[in-house]
Amino acid sequence: MATSSFFTNLDQIFILLRDWLVSFLPAAMRPAAGVVLGVIAIVCVFPGLFALTTVFERKGLARIQNRLGPNRVGPYGLFQPVADGIKSLTKEDVVPLSANAVVHFLAPLVLVVTVFMGFAVLPMGRNMVLVDMDAGLLFFFAMGAATELSVFMAGWSSRNKYSLLGAMRAVAQMISYEVVLLLSAVSVVMITGSLSLPKIVDAQNTYTGIFPHWYIFTPWGLAGFLMYAIAATAETNRSPFDLPEGESELVAGYHTEYSGFKFALFFLGEYLAMFAISGLGTTLFLGGWSAPFSFLTFIPSWIWFFSKVMLSIFVFIWMRGTLPRLRQDQLMNFAWKFVLPYTLLNLLVTALWRFMGEGWLRWVVCTAILLAAYVAMGRLSMRNQHFGPRRYRYAE
Amino acid sequence: MLGEGILKGMAETARNFFGSYVSKERLTTVEYPEERIATIEAARVFPFLVYDGADWEAGMRCVACQICEKECPPKCIFIEKSKDKKPDYVGKQQFYPARFDIDVSVCMSCQICVEVCPFEAIKMDNEFELATSDRFGGLLYDRKELARSNEYYHSIHPTEASEVDARLNEEKAKVEAKAKAAAAAAAAKAAATVPPAPAAGGGS
Repeated sequence: MATSSFFTNLDQIFILLRDWLVSFLPAAMRPAAGVVLGVIAIVCVFPGLFALTTVFERKGLARIQNRLGPNRVGPYGLFQPVADGIKSLTKEDVVPLSANAVVHFLAPLVLVVTVFMGFAVLPMGRNMVLVDMDAGLLFFFAMGAATELSVFMAGWSSRNKYSLLGAMRAVAQMISYEVVLLLSAVSVVMITGSLSLPKIVDAQNTYTGIFPHWYIFTPWGLAGFLMYAIAATAETNRSPFDLPEGESELVAGYHTEYSGFKFALFFLGEYLAMFAISGLGTTLFLGGWSAPFSFLTFIPSWIWFFSKVMLSIFVFIWMRGTLPRLRQDQLMNFAWKFVLPYTLLNLLVTALWRFMGEGWLRWVVCTAILLAAYVAMGRLSMRNQHFGPRRYRYAE
Repeated sequence: MLGEGILKGMAETARNFFGSYVSKERLTTVEYPEERIATIEAARVFPFLVYDGADWEAGMRCVACQICEKECPPKCIFIEKSKDKKPDYVGKQQFYPARFDIDVSVCMSCQICVEVCPFEAIKMDNEFELATSDRFGGLLYDRKELARSNEYYHSIHPTEASEVDARLNEEKAKVEAKAKAAAAAAAAKAAATVPPAPAAGGGS
């Protein structure tokens, strides 16, 4: 009994800590102070994770290319982000003469603020959600859509052709994939019947034997998760969908004209968006903070949440180390001709799953439909593709 | 099937990722300041002046002919000819450079000075750690800084240095043989001219 209460306390340690700190204040101020403490925790933890991720990303990419990666600053190069931070703080902040100074200044702030807002509704552990909103999912997507605004603000206000091209690409790409992102999340909402993220986690936090009821372990959930992962990669401008900042074509895309700490803010915003979208994917499909086996439930819920997020980040890095950048037309074709129809089909399959009731039949039917559609769409779209050396019509 | 190539690629990168922790052969990086690989023999950076023997000033091969100064494409060599002469490696009296400066911030390491030098006096060094905090004086090398012994030349470019030595020795031998022959001829002439004198006298 003593051990179980120890683990329960460890699970709720941050909540207990917050309540203990708040108890020093008069009762009238306690709710507000609790929220402020939660905000402080989020604002400290995620940039810290960002700093670690930049090192691990550079080291991981280096290892993928059989290099050593940064290992000069501190043990194993772990203090590299400190050096990078000092560098970006001491660099000159250059604003182009013809730029719109106000919008140019606001763009990185808008990005970071809106991305941080998304964390407010993510359940990072049992009872660990800053605002338990009924329409948390909707709030998250609203905030995610606002980041597009900041990208376009940055690109447009810089008065630079590369910035503007990057911003145009970014907006085209983000709007295309936003649709997929929303629709793949809708199938989860159809099953749970709730837009509240803690409720979605609770719905997955049950076990058959030792195995959990995560949505990724159902046919529609797996398909939905794959589509969500593709859309999330595009939404966060990560390779292979990093066209908005394709450094070989557009210098740096929409943040070409940013230097010093404003650039660091863009960098931070990009990684925070990665954390947020991985956190949402974890919540929707990977069971949020629930343990992967029923006998592991004693491990604190927040450990599970953060390890799942970091695992997703690792997959992001792994993909970046593997895949080349797409062309703009390939990107659009992929979004509108493959990912979107497949996500729509997945909605139908989810409905079928919902109304076929319990039993093995729905597993067979849903798997068959999704697999057949995947193979058929793959065959159809690849039918007219030529592989091999590029042929030039006029140049030869 | 769609996505097969992506999975194959991911497997390949995963193999690299884990393999680089397991096998040392995958990591080709040489962490430079701590560990370094020996420079190859043909490596060249900036020129230096070769001297024979122990004293750099007396043994300097350069005779201040100024061919390299004229040929140098970026004009980084400056030579001032001496007023007096000193004997070169075969003992002939030659001028020597009173000043020989190379501005290595201008030098482009083309090796043309080495190609045109008829006296094997200027060669390419492979020393590359030349960083200095003084970008004007520190990068303008005078003849003392440029002087390197023939042994040093042997240590950095052994093959080339042996060829050069062989050629120089051959020339020296030729000159010595010529001198010997000339001496012999002179001796013979002297021998030939001395004895007939009385005969000539007797003949008259």
